Amino acid sequence: MALNLALAAVLAALASAIVSLAAHRRIGVLKWLSFPLLGLSGLAAAVAGGMALAGGDAQVAQLPLGLPWLPWQVRLDVLAGLFLLIIGIVTFAVGIFGPGYVSEYEHGDHPLVQLGFFTGLFIAGMQLVVLANDAFMFMIAWELMSLSSYFLVVFHHEQAANRRAGFLYLLMAHVGGLTILLGYGVLATFGGGFDFDAMRVVELTPLWASVAFALAFIGFGMKAGLVPLHAWLPEAHPVAPSHISALMSGVMLKVAVYGFVRVTFDLIGEVQWGWGVTALLVGSVSALLGILYAMQQNDLKRLLAYSSIENVGVIFLGLGMAMVFMGTGHEGLGAIALIAALFHAFNHALFKSLLFLGAGNVIQRTHEQNMERMGGLLTRLPYTGVFFLIGSMSIASLPPFNGFASEWLTFQAALQAVALENGVLRIVIPFTAAMLALTGALSVACFVKAYGVVFLGQPRSRRARHARATAWGMRGAQGMLALFCLLAGVFPNVMVGLLGNVSQLLTGARMASATQHGWLWLTPVSSTEASYSAPLVLIGILLAWWLIWQLLHPRGARSVRRGKTWDCGFGPLNARMQYTGTSFAMPLRRIFSPVWRIDEKVERQSEAEGLRVSRLSHQLQVSDHSWYALYEPIGRLVLVAARRIARLQQGNIRVYIAYSFFTLLVLLWLIS
Amino acid sequence: MTIAQFSLPEQLVLILAALVLFTSFALLAQQRMLASIHVFAWQGALVAAATAMIAGVYDKHHLYFSALMTLGLKALLIPWMLRRLVDRLGIAHEVETVVRPALVMLAAAALVVFSYYVALPIEKLSSLSTRSTIAISMAVVLIGMLMMVTRSQAVSQVIGFMSIENGLFFAAVVSTHGMPMVVELGIAFDVLVAAVLFGVFFLQIRESIDSLDVDRLNRLSETDEMNGTRE
Amino acid sequence: MTWAGWLLALLQAALFVAAAPLLTIWVKRNKCWLQNRRSPSLLQPYRDLAKLFRKQVVLSENASPLFRSAPYIVFAVTVLAAATIPLISTQLPTTAIADMIVLVGFLAVVRFFLALAGMDVGTAFGGMGASREVSLSALAEPALLMVIFTLAMSAQSTNLASTVQYLHDAGLVLRPSLLFALFGLLLVAVAESGRIPVDNPATHLELTMVHEAMILEYSGRHLALMEWAAQLKLMIFGVLIVNIFFPWGVATELSAAALLIGLVAVLVKLALIGVVLAFAETALAKMRVFMVPQFLNLAFLLALLGALSHVILEVDI
Repeated sequence: MALNLALAAVLAALASAIVSLAAHRRIGVLKWLSFPLLGLSGLAAAVAGGMALAGGDAQVAQLPLGLPWLPWQVRLDVLAGLFLLIIGIVTFAVGIFGPGYVSEYEHGDHPLVQLGFFTGLFIAGMQLVVLANDAFMFMIAWELMSLSSYFLVVFHHEQAANRRAGFLYLLMAHVGGLTILLGYGVLATFGGGFDFDAMRVVELTPLWASVAFALAFIGFGMKAGLVPLHAWLPEAHPVAPSHISALMSGVMLKVAVYGFVRVTFDLIGEVQWGWGVTALLVGSVSALLGILYAMQQNDLKRLLAYSSIENVGVIFLGLGMAMVFMGTGHEGLGAIALIAALFHAFNHALFKSLLFLGAGNVIQRTHEQNMERMGGLLTRLPYTGVFFLIGSMSIASLPPFNGFASEWLTFQAALQAVALENGVLRIVIPFTAAMLALTGALSVACFVKAYGVVFLGQPRSRRARHARATAWGMRGAQGMLALFCLLAGVFPNVMVGLLGNVSQLLTGARMASATQHGWLWLTPVSSTEASYSAPLVLIGILLAWWLIWQLLHPRGARSVRRGKTWDCGFGPLNARMQYTGTSFAMPLRRIFSPVWRIDEKVERQSEAEGLRVSRLSHQLQVSDHSWYALYEPIGRLVLVAARRIARLQQGNIRVYIAYSFFTLLVLLWLIS
Repeated sequence: MTIAQFSLPEQLVLILAALVLFTSFALLAQQRMLASIHVFAWQGALVAAATAMIAGVYDKHHLYFSALMTLGLKALLIPWMLRRLVDRLGIAHEVETVVRPALVMLAAAALVVFSYYVALPIEKLSSLSTRSTIAISMAVVLIGMLMMVTRSQAVSQVIGFMSIENGLFFAAVVSTHGMPMVVELGIAFDVLVAAVLFGVFFLQIRESIDSLDVDRLNRLSETDEMNGTRE
Repeated sequence: MTWAGWLLALLQAALFVAAAPLLTIWVKRNKCWLQNRRSPSLLQPYRDLAKLFRKQVVLSENASPLFRSAPYIVFAVTVLAAATIPLISTQLPTTAIADMIVLVGFLAVVRFFLALAGMDVGTAFGGMGASREVSLSALAEPALLMVIFTLAMSAQSTNLASTVQYLHDAGLVLRPSLLFALFGLLLVAVAESGRIPVDNPATHLELTMVHEAMILEYSGRHLALMEWAAQLKLMIFGVLIVNIFFPWGVATELSAAALLIGLVAVLVKLALIGVVLAFAETALAKMRVFMVPQFLNLAFLLALLGALSHVILEVDI
């Protein structure tokens, strides 16, 4: 039943794609046919995923597609169900958001057919990846996902920068795909077949298992955006239309996480703790660098893209801890870490899509992408402001929202490291947890900047001053995601219980103690060791607020008096006198300066013998070290190699005849 | 045995060992010359106190003499000599900029973890109740070497060298409850002579290259092109 | 988890909230005594709060609804945080709602809304305060979490009541890890509650303020709530330090005698730590803003040394 529903979801997405072929210059087709079909697909996928996640055995089927001797196998088990649920919820939200959003493409020559067609294919591709039960179908669906998202990234292809971003994205997606294919090749060679069932039962030698893990880690890590393979993420996510950015950041990165979990925990099976340490270190470095880079961005969508890198780092940190615990024989503790990581993946999908949809809303209304030209939008866009606030609180891990619940579980998992025998690991894991605390605090700083500069203060440009209110569909989608963020945060036991099914499948243990004391208390290990009651926290905050209002709000108080903002007597304040995003990030820029490549120039021209400054100019460029340290050298190497090989192309006809001559000689010799 | 099962004097030994490690870190971070010397004196005093405590717990009376000698030499005499030297060189209030202090601190913490990892098999062989401090003393030695590597001022290098000797002495005390008295006296006098020689040497360095930055001493390299472009 | 327990917990929370201004004025009295000044009476902060509650609120024209609701959120979350800390007894049910990591989360919520309120009106002061506050407290978080880990490694729990109970039952054990954790927590407490040498709570000069800059635009009852929340935060840190590291006197059973002893014990301990704070504030000068990261790095180093000494020295090998 659930599997049929999932396949129906795929068909609905494909239908949405085909219907969009008629959308040339007819935006109504997109608004009223494509997006509703996408919404249906999302709903079906969410229901199917929920049903599969709630328990029961895996459902398998064979599709009459693919090669004659290798038909496509599909499988819907609890792990696939979780990620199908994630895909479904976000797709549904995008389906509601889309009609309002694309109305700005009504006039002008935008490739609407491409937008609708490739969105449908993108969703179908992601759903097929999650459902795949053999490597062949997995790779085809992966390619479908990557290619269709490429066409969506270059939607605004008029600008050269967007084309470059798309090219980088395509290049890295294919390099990653190649690595994944090699990984499957290793598994298939030893398993004797391309289907996952064969790969599951085979037992690899530790060396080959490590080779397969390394290939899977690099391939899926590149797609998920781990440092230093992340350069495509902050280029590609901002230039795509915002609902596509939400799908890419919220869902596609999770599909990469799904691939990693599937290959490592399910197909390879016997995890080694050394892999866990690698994932742990790479995850914490990604988390820290991701949020530090996000802090310095002035483009709202680029900030959100870098913040996705941070959250993917946190997910891999949790997965790394799970691998360390499992590799040293502590399956129960591994279950805690795995549940924490998967819960964070679920939460990130929710709040990152919420933030990207909100950003899309803001950008559509103000026609500005630079934060430094926004401001004061809370009064102009009140609903978006409130929902973006909920998203910011969730991503900054503030109680009682969902980001906090998953980070709390991650910390609790890290604390269990005292049970390990290896003394070095007993120190390293709490140290990485301290780094996680640093990234949490830095994400608070980053989203105070994002929210404060965009929604609070004074409008910094004419367009921000005159932003108009939003369509209902866009508000509805954001509201739905915000509600889910709140619910997942206040009732974490629901999700934790469901995720217990996943960890049961992958590690053989579930965190039964977590929900032992009822729906009110989350107790990962035992109630005396750590307990968190999110519903009571919410009730406590509301109760305290109400009590304060009743007790301290004076009866019959004179109403609030409004006056001008205090200006120290210097005269009227204008919008340029408030803090900009760049100045807000300055203390952190100074404290962590080795992390970025900072080029700062201040020029001043003065008159009256240097006593009076007549002109002051300030230039600041903050760039990514990994670009200069890793990508440019590789690019140069490729160019040098290409130039060397290009010497084959002499242009002289005698040389070409000589090539054919020598090839003929070699072939004759080989035959004899 | 966990710490809760130790007696109070034994717990005090562990506390003093942890404080010695802290002074190692403090030496690494300290940028002012006089403050460095004072921290070094405190390190010596703490090592002496820990030695005296161990002497009391295990009734090893010769350790009292070792403690007294360490106190006199490392906590009083050598800091006094360094203070005099520093006054003669006129660098008493000089501030030396430590390059990338956060990274140096992280490296020191990594060294502590590493010395724990290395010392663990040795600790398992010992049956003394103070065996867990062997890792601490090895960490003090390694951090002293780190200090010699990361500092460019000559006097800081001497202090790093002396703190290595502190760590070695402490290691001897906690692992075997002291060295033979002859060995200890010999090492103590060697250290004293070294301190005197350093004083003379530094005055000479200062006269020849007009600074105490040991990075300027790299005229020992053979390639001339690199040195030719410098002053 | 009986009704009597919940009622006692509510009473304890109310006592916490009511006693918070008392700690601040006690510190101020000691500072005045050390600096040869005449100090205000012990009831002065209550009079100030009452005066502020009576006054009319003056809002900027540019203030948004977030500006108006931030004081309530800040105060409510701080009160909730205070309610989950064992002030007098370890047996009250509210301590199970939140453990130490959730407490850090509560402080993060407070900081988030304070910073947003600072940015709301669109002045340079507010932005400056918000920017400094989030940057400096970002560095305090790893130190605070490392302290929590060090405690959790000894007490096998992140629950505050369990930790206090464990350390109380263990008797007098000199642990190096707790010594370092204590000093780390002292430094973090000074930074988070905005006292000298990190921030000066008594000044309104641009160069020297962090917390005051964020609440500069508030007046009337909003300002009263913000100031009370700051005093409550100082008391939260004070109670954490005295009850975790010096747990003697805490009531481990819910009898009237034990509760009375617990109350007297915590008051005496808080008075002592107030004197220590006053000495520290008088002896030290406020640091330059960009020297504060070094201060917080020292706190992190101390906490890390605490964790290291626990693993190296305190467990069985």
